[in-house]
Amino acid sequence: MTDSIQSITILGGRSKSGQPEDVNLRLVPGDLVAVVGPTGSGKSRLLADIEYIAQRDTPSGRCILINDQPPASELRFAWGRKLIAQLSQNMNFVMDATVAEFISMHAECRDNSFEEAGLEKLIGSVVSQANRLTGEPIHPDTPLTALSGGQSRALMIADTAVLSDSPIVLIDEIENAGIDRRQALDVLVQNQKIVLMATHDPILALLAHSRIVLKSGGIADVLRSDEGESELLEELQKADAAIMAVREKLRRGERLEGPGFKIS
Amino acid sequence: MKLITVAGPPSSGKTSMLLRVIDWFKEQGLKAGVVKFDCVASKDDERYRAKGVPVLLGLAGNLCPDHYFVTNIEACARWGQSLELDILISESAGLCNRCSPFIRQALAVCVIDNLSGANTPTKMGPLLKQADIVAITKGDIVSQAEREVFQYQVRKVNARAEVLQINGLTGQGKERLGALLTQAQDIDTLDGRKLRFSMPAAVCSYCLGETKIGSDYQMGNVKSIAIPDVPRPEVS
Repeated sequence: MTDSIQSITILGGRSKSGQPEDVNLRLVPGDLVAVVGPTGSGKSRLLADIEYIAQRDTPSGRCILINDQPPASELRFAWGRKLIAQLSQNMNFVMDATVAEFISMHAECRDNSFEEAGLEKLIGSVVSQANRLTGEPIHPDTPLTALSGGQSRALMIADTAVLSDSPIVLIDEIENAGIDRRQALDVLVQNQKIVLMATHDPILALLAHSRIVLKSGGIADVLRSDEGESELLEELQKADAAIMAVREKLRRGERLEGPGFKIS
Repeated sequence: MKLITVAGPPSSGKTSMLLRVIDWFKEQGLKAGVVKFDCVASKDDERYRAKGVPVLLGLAGNLCPDHYFVTNIEACARWGQSLELDILISESAGLCNRCSPFIRQALAVCVIDNLSGANTPTKMGPLLKQADIVAITKGDIVSQAEREVFQYQVRKVNARAEVLQINGLTGQGKERLGALLTQAQDIDTLDGRKLRFSMPAAVCSYCLGETKIGSDYQMGNVKSIAIPDVPRPEVS
């Protein structure tokens, strides 16, 4: 199933006020699309529609096609579905399990041919991936509910990247929780996937090839990034690197003195 | 008329879910009514009435809610038939994990939410084990990974049931649940039908209103906890 995704298509439904949404947007592997719009404009709803492969049966009335077809019912509701990985805005775990227990349960339910022997290695690789994104390291025997917001987010990202190797990836506001967002995006976005990313972050929005603009629950526009924006992105990234360097210094408890901290 | 028994822990989202599914029934031209069974108090009947859904509210009070259910459901089914309902839903809350209000050949739905903990499914007994459909609610509050793990834990306890995620706030999933519910068998009478699982035994002095603690006051069907190396007083 994973190899057979050639496209997804978003067919418009209606906005919150019932206005028809005139959209027919086809995305193919390799597309990185930002979803932008004010808070409450329906960014998460759009991602939820795609995750559910909506067939005009969600509040937005949208229809999502896979390879230009409505999906078979098995594809929508199948057990252990691997078509779409979703990283939602949730910042905390609620489950009463340790990090290691959670990863092994998730591995078990994602993969029928799962073998105990590889488990240690798998837990190690998810945890080390997560620890690349977070300040204080996560230990495998920590209860999920004792993780900080940033640690939880880092673990969710690493878990999605390692265990949910899906051809379609949905990301909702990765910039939250103080993790390294660029690195998080690199972890999640590999080649030849279809990636949609709801964001308020200008750098993430401009990294995308195009952006879907939402307004009052409906898709108001779809813009392709242009050359001017790519130049602006470079400037923003330089400024961002400077801010990040300051942030890291502050986090380490250092002072911001000396000539190294002039931001030009 | 179809009879569907729905049960689940308190605040798992049964009523919110059912209100959404009943909307879907209406769209299909089906008339549904509800009997809500609860223990002490409930305002859920008002929520149904506000939507124009015929509703009965039964409060078990000081009776075991499951015993109360089984002694009343037949009359409730006749009520539903007299209103010419297409579908009667009995919604039970306040149950213990020992029991379930499920009847043979009446479709049984267990409602459980994603927040209830990874080990909760294994603790739930017949309420989950004997359900035909397990509806998992509140999926929007947890991550996709937790939804998957929780659903997997449910499946380990009941591999036979249709397991689905439904959101009582947005109604996402109501079409699929509704379609499954309309496949329920029609019933003409409950007289002589059987429960899927025996009710918990409960005939002791406390069932009859005893409130004092101590072996002198314990009579009837009582059971002592196993505690190593401590002599236990005999039950009279």
